[in-house]
Amino acid sequence: MMLARVVANVVSTEKHPHYKGQKILVVQPVDPDGKPRGKSLLAVDGVQAGIGDLVLVVDEGGSARAVIGDESAVTIRTAICGIVDRVDLEDGRGAP
Amino acid sequence: MKLGRVIGRVVCTQKMDCFEGLKLLLVQPVDETGKDAGGALVAFDTARAGEGDLVFFEAGKEAAQANPNGWFNPADAAIIGIVDAVTGAGNTASGAHRT
Repeated sequence: MMLARVVANVVSTEKHPHYKGQKILVVQPVDPDGKPRGKSLLAVDGVQAGIGDLVLVVDEGGSARAVIGDESAVTIRTAICGIVDRVDLEDGRGAP
Repeated sequence: MKLGRVIGRVVCTQKMDCFEGLKLLLVQPVDETGKDAGGALVAFDTARAGEGDLVFFEAGKEAAQANPNGWFNPADAAIIGIVDAVTGAGNTASGAHRT
Protein backbone atom coordinates (compact mmCIF):
# COMPACT_ATOMS: atom_id res chain seq x y z
CA MET A 1 0.00 0.00 0.00
CA MET A 2 1.10 3.56 -0.50
CA LEU A 3 0.15 6.94 0.84
CA ALA A 4 -1.37 9.32 -1.71
CA ARG A 5 -3.35 12.51 -1.96
CA VAL A 6 -6.55 12.67 -4.03
CA VAL A 7 -6.09 15.49 -6.55
CA ALA A 8 -8.91 15.14 -9.10
CA ASN A 9 -12.02 13.31 -10.27
CA VAL A 10 -12.19 11.48 -13.58
CA VAL A 11 -15.49 11.52 -15.47
CA SER A 12 -15.86 8.78 -18.07
CA THR A 13 -18.91 7.50 -19.92
CA GLU A 14 -17.36 5.10 -22.42
CA LYS A 15 -15.39 2.51 -20.46
CA HIS A 16 -14.75 -1.17 -19.90
CA PRO A 17 -17.73 -2.94 -18.23
CA HIS A 18 -15.61 -3.79 -15.17
CA TYR A 19 -15.42 -0.07 -14.37
CA LYS A 20 -19.14 0.66 -14.68
CA GLY A 21 -20.44 2.32 -11.52
CA GLN A 22 -16.95 2.82 -10.09
CA LYS A 23 -15.71 6.23 -9.00
CA ILE A 24 -12.28 6.93 -10.46
CA LEU A 25 -9.94 9.43 -8.81
CA VAL A 26 -6.51 10.80 -9.66
CA VAL A 27 -4.12 10.21 -6.75
CA GLN A 28 -0.66 11.69 -6.26
CA PRO A 29 1.65 9.45 -4.22
CA VAL A 30 3.21 11.30 -1.28
CA ASP A 31 5.97 10.55 1.22
CA PRO A 32 5.17 10.29 4.95
CA ASP A 33 5.60 14.07 5.27
CA GLY A 34 2.92 14.64 2.67
CA LYS A 35 5.30 15.81 -0.05
CA PRO A 36 4.49 14.61 -3.62
CA ARG A 37 6.63 11.71 -4.81
CA GLY A 38 6.61 10.36 -8.36
CA LYS A 39 3.85 10.46 -10.96
CA SER A 40 0.12 10.56 -10.32
CA LEU A 41 -2.08 7.59 -11.17
CA LEU A 42 -5.75 6.66 -11.31
CA ALA A 43 -7.49 4.54 -8.71
CA VAL A 44 -10.96 3.13 -8.21
CA ASP A 45 -12.48 4.39 -4.97
CA GLY A 46 -13.66 1.88 -2.38
CA VAL A 47 -14.07 4.18 0.62
CA GLN A 48 -15.91 7.33 -0.56
CA ALA A 49 -12.75 9.42 -0.69
CA GLY A 50 -12.74 12.95 -2.09
CA ILE A 51 -10.38 15.60 -3.40
CA GLY A 52 -7.79 16.62 -0.79
CA ASP A 53 -8.03 13.40 1.23
CA LEU A 54 -4.87 11.54 2.21
CA VAL A 55 -5.58 7.94 1.27
CA LEU A 56 -4.17 4.42 1.21
CA VAL A 57 -3.80 3.03 -2.30
CA VAL A 58 -3.19 -0.56 -3.38
CA ASP A 59 -1.57 -1.09 -6.79
CA GLU A 60 -2.05 -4.84 -7.20
CA GLY A 61 -4.90 -6.57 -8.97
CA GLY A 62 -5.98 -9.07 -6.32
CA SER A 63 -5.95 -6.41 -3.62
CA ALA A 64 -7.88 -3.95 -5.76
CA ARG A 65 -10.58 -6.50 -6.52
CA ALA A 66 -10.90 -7.25 -2.82
CA VAL A 67 -11.41 -3.54 -2.17
CA ILE A 68 -14.30 -3.24 -4.58
CA GLY A 69 -15.66 -6.67 -3.63
CA ASP A 70 -15.84 -8.03 -7.17
CA GLU A 71 -13.49 -10.91 -7.92
CA SER A 72 -14.57 -10.99 -11.54
CA ALA A 73 -13.35 -7.45 -12.29
CA VAL A 74 -10.00 -8.77 -13.50
CA THR A 75 -8.91 -5.65 -15.35
CA ILE A 76 -8.89 -3.48 -12.22
CA ARG A 77 -5.48 -3.06 -10.59
CA THR A 78 -5.44 0.11 -8.49
CA ALA A 79 -7.87 1.01 -5.71
CA ILE A 80 -8.23 3.30 -2.71
CA CYS A 81 -8.75 1.19 0.41
CA GLY A 82 -8.62 3.74 3.24
CA ILE A 83 -8.74 7.39 4.22
CA VAL A 84 -5.79 8.32 6.43
CA ASP A 85 -6.61 10.39 9.52
CA ARG A 86 -2.98 11.08 10.31
CA VAL A 87 0.54 9.69 10.10
CA ASP A 88 2.65 9.66 13.25
CA LEU A 89 6.41 9.60 12.79
CA GLU A 90 9.03 9.03 15.48
CA ASP A 91 10.39 12.56 15.21
CA GLY A 92 6.99 14.23 15.34
CA ARG A 93 6.68 14.89 11.62
CA GLY A 94 4.00 13.26 9.49
CA ALA A 95 1.32 14.11 6.99
CA PRO A 96 -1.86 15.59 8.49
CA MET B 1 -4.41 3.13 -14.27
CA LYS B 2 -2.97 6.22 -15.88
CA LEU B 3 -4.23 9.05 -18.01
CA GLY B 4 -3.07 9.29 -21.60
CA ARG B 5 -3.71 11.02 -24.90
CA VAL B 6 -4.14 8.94 -28.05
CA ILE B 7 -1.59 10.34 -30.50
CA GLY B 8 -1.64 7.75 -33.26
CA ARG B 9 -2.54 4.37 -34.53
CA VAL B 10 -0.33 1.31 -35.00
CA VAL B 11 -1.10 -1.07 -37.82
CA CYS B 12 0.33 -4.61 -37.77
CA THR B 13 -0.53 -7.21 -40.37
CA GLN B 14 1.76 -9.90 -39.05
CA LYS B 15 0.94 -10.43 -35.39
CA MET B 16 0.01 -13.04 -32.82
CA ASP B 17 -3.44 -14.57 -33.22
CA CYS B 18 -4.45 -13.23 -29.81
CA PHE B 19 -4.14 -9.67 -31.17
CA GLU B 20 -6.42 -10.39 -34.13
CA GLY B 21 -9.15 -7.78 -34.45
CA LEU B 22 -7.71 -5.47 -31.80
CA LYS B 23 -7.05 -1.82 -32.48
CA LEU B 24 -3.55 -0.79 -31.44
CA LEU B 25 -3.15 2.85 -30.48
CA LEU B 26 -0.16 4.97 -29.59
CA VAL B 27 -0.72 6.58 -26.20
CA GLN B 28 1.19 9.46 -24.65
CA PRO B 29 0.83 9.31 -20.85
CA VAL B 30 -0.23 12.65 -19.35
CA ASP B 31 -0.83 13.94 -15.84
CA GLU B 32 -4.11 15.36 -14.53
CA THR B 33 -3.30 18.77 -16.02
CA GLY B 34 -2.71 17.35 -19.49
CA LYS B 35 1.09 17.62 -19.41
CA ASP B 36 3.16 14.79 -20.88
CA ALA B 37 4.33 12.28 -18.28
CA GLY B 38 6.85 9.83 -19.70
CA GLY B 39 7.30 8.17 -23.06
CA ALA B 40 4.59 7.02 -25.47
CA LEU B 41 3.50 3.39 -25.51
CA VAL B 42 1.30 1.09 -27.55
CA ALA B 43 -1.96 -0.09 -26.02
CA PHE B 44 -4.86 -2.06 -27.44
CA ASP B 45 -8.28 -0.47 -27.25
CA THR B 46 -11.39 -1.70 -25.43
CA ALA B 47 -13.29 1.59 -25.35
CA ARG B 48 -13.61 2.66 -28.99
CA ALA B 49 -11.06 5.41 -28.52
CA GLY B 50 -9.60 7.40 -31.38
CA GLU B 51 -6.86 9.85 -32.14
CA GLY B 52 -6.93 12.92 -29.87
CA ASP B 53 -9.01 11.28 -27.15
CA LEU B 54 -8.03 11.62 -23.52
CA VAL B 55 -8.19 8.07 -22.16
CA PHE B 56 -7.26 6.02 -19.15
CA PHE B 57 -5.30 2.84 -19.58
CA GLU B 58 -4.28 -0.11 -17.47
CA ALA B 59 -0.75 -1.53 -17.57
CA GLY B 60 0.59 -4.89 -16.46
CA LYS B 61 -1.20 -8.21 -16.34
CA GLU B 62 -4.58 -6.61 -15.77
CA ALA B 63 -4.31 -5.21 -19.31
CA ALA B 64 -4.05 -8.69 -20.78
CA GLN B 65 -7.25 -9.64 -18.94
CA ALA B 66 -9.13 -7.04 -20.97
CA ASN B 67 -8.29 -8.78 -24.24
CA PRO B 68 -11.55 -10.18 -25.66
CA ASN B 69 -9.58 -13.00 -27.34
CA GLY B 70 -8.73 -14.57 -23.99
CA TRP B 71 -6.62 -13.82 -20.95
CA PHE B 72 -3.44 -15.69 -21.98
CA ASN B 73 -1.76 -13.11 -24.16
CA PRO B 74 1.29 -10.85 -23.98
CA ALA B 75 -0.49 -7.46 -23.95
CA ASP B 76 0.84 -5.10 -21.28
CA ALA B 77 -1.30 -2.01 -21.84
CA ALA B 78 -5.00 -1.63 -22.57
CA ILE B 79 -7.17 1.44 -23.02
CA ILE B 80 -9.99 0.98 -20.53
CA GLY B 81 -12.05 4.13 -20.92
CA ILE B 82 -12.45 7.50 -22.59
CA VAL B 83 -12.21 10.48 -20.24
CA ASP B 84 -14.93 13.11 -20.56
CA ALA B 85 -13.40 15.42 -17.96
CA VAL B 86 -10.88 15.59 -15.15
CA THR B 87 -12.21 17.92 -12.47
CA GLY B 88 -10.74 19.45 -9.36
CA ALA B 89 -7.10 19.65 -10.40
CA GLY B 90 -6.84 23.35 -11.15
CA ASN B 91 -5.83 23.64 -14.79
CA THR B 92 -7.36 20.30 -15.68
CA ALA B 93 -7.14 18.08 -18.72
CA SER B 94 -10.25 17.66 -20.80
CA GLY B 95 -11.40 15.14 -23.33
CA ALA B 96 -11.27 16.02 -27.00
CA HIS B 97 -14.50 16.68 -28.83
CA ARG B 98 -15.06 13.65 -30.97
CA THR B 99 -16.35 13.96 -34.48
